[in-house]
Amino acid sequence: MMLTVAVDQEGFLLDHTEWTRELAEEIARENGIETLTPRHWQVVEFMRDRFITTGNAPTIRALGKESGVPVKELYQLFPKGPAKLAAKIGGIPKPRGCI
Amino acid sequence: MRKQIVILGGGTGGTITANRLRKRFTADEADIHVIDRDDRHVYQPGLLFVPFGLASVDEIVRPRSRQFHSGIRFHKGDVESVDLESDRVRLFGGGILPYDVLVVASGARLLPEETEGMLGPGWGERVFTFYDTDGADGLRQALERFDGGRLVVDIADMPIKCPVAPIEFVFLADWFLRERGIRERSEIVLATPLDGCFTKPIASKHLTYLLDEKQIELETEFSAGEVDGVGGVLTSYDGRTVDFDLLVTVPLHGGAAFVGRSEGLGDALDFVQTDPHTLQAAVKPNVFALGDATDLPSSKAGSVTHFEGELLDRNIERFLRGQELEHRFDGHANCFVETGFKKALLIDFNYDTEPVTGRFPTALGPMPLLRESRLNHLGKLLFQWIYWHALLPGRDLPLVGPEMPTAGKHLEQVALGGSR
Repeated sequence: MMLTVAVDQEGFLLDHTEWTRELAEEIARENGIETLTPRHWQVVEFMRDRFITTGNAPTIRALGKESGVPVKELYQLFPKGPAKLAAKIGGIPKPRGCI
Repeated sequence: MRKQIVILGGGTGGTITANRLRKRFTADEADIHVIDRDDRHVYQPGLLFVPFGLASVDEIVRPRSRQFHSGIRFHKGDVESVDLESDRVRLFGGGILPYDVLVVASGARLLPEETEGMLGPGWGERVFTFYDTDGADGLRQALERFDGGRLVVDIADMPIKCPVAPIEFVFLADWFLRERGIRERSEIVLATPLDGCFTKPIASKHLTYLLDEKQIELETEFSAGEVDGVGGVLTSYDGRTVDFDLLVTVPLHGGAAFVGRSEGLGDALDFVQTDPHTLQAAVKPNVFALGDATDLPSSKAGSVTHFEGELLDRNIERFLRGQELEHRFDGHANCFVETGFKKALLIDFNYDTEPVTGRFPTALGPMPLLRESRLNHLGKLLFQWIYWHALLPGRDLPLVGPEMPTAGKHLEQVALGGSR
């Protein structure tokens, strides 16, 4: 049975410590990714680690440089918007501007 | 023994910090050095106005060396690297400056070369950036020649300096093309890697009407991978294309190149890893950073740098006296956002609180938050005077302190969402 977790209006977790791998799989399925492959996990785990240590969710370019997954592949793994979708699956806030 | 404080960068953060430290320490207590490559201090908020002929480059550039209080040593030089083990700065050409405290205030660097084709044919003809003085002035001439067509503003990727500037640019472009009578045969497109023009819930709720009113087309979650400056096509990594007649790009940003050449100082984008509340660098206790040079989740904006500067001199003194640092910086930012037709918005926020509506207390009286007004536009224009005459000299501004005020803000609007 799933525990209830708090989310914002767009379904992003409010507290990243409530995240679990099962929850990640569930969010992925709801967003059209049937199975999270090891390549997906590589990105998701990199993002979480980076957010927890720096307070910043990595951008597409930072992901392409540092996660070990090239930008083109990021778009194949997380269609439409990798930075946003991987953040949602990883339980961290979406990338934002000032307003 | 007199302490040596070395500040890398003579822009907003370096100048404020140098001037505040000079007031804090006597000449016997500390020498203060500032190093920069040139003697041109650009009032960067003014760059937005140059392409529209509302400001000239001459009006927004002054000598860096003239902004420092007496007793500050300004050196023109190009930093090769920082030797963090021996506490020395190495300059190209052989100069070496030892330091007791180092402040990295070297800002962000534009990296147009990181996007394929950006600097190819068409650069400076139909592809421009307004993020430096040459680009802004070239774009002014291109906009004068512009006779209708597709004007595309593209943000390569975050982080960028002044994340609202591209939005202000499209609003001013709408005004400019209407004034010239060619708006109906022009299209204005904003292409952004984010999922919208307004990405925070309250701002989105209150400001989305602006896009309709000004007929701005949006291309969201768009990461430009390639520019064809001859054919006029911008292509994203996932194969989407945006055609343009005139492309205004906000190129990728990174930290100063010497940060990358200084082992352990910065991250993969050459931004300095910095404590979000004390401004101490992660790499070593005697290194501090502020402004656009940091990796903080605050906005890269002059106001943020200014608020950081009002706290940093205290922490540097505490560090030199062996006292515990103050964990006071809250990510406060305060920005006027031009919306065209002599109106502007005001936003005031920090790490934890998104911009909300309400009123912001200022010396000019309360200014409306997250709502267009002429008073805000006047505030934006007046600010250049305040920048040179009060902010850079390191004076505390009345009513605008480093920590975000809550008075006047409608904080009850912050919605929590739900649960799953």
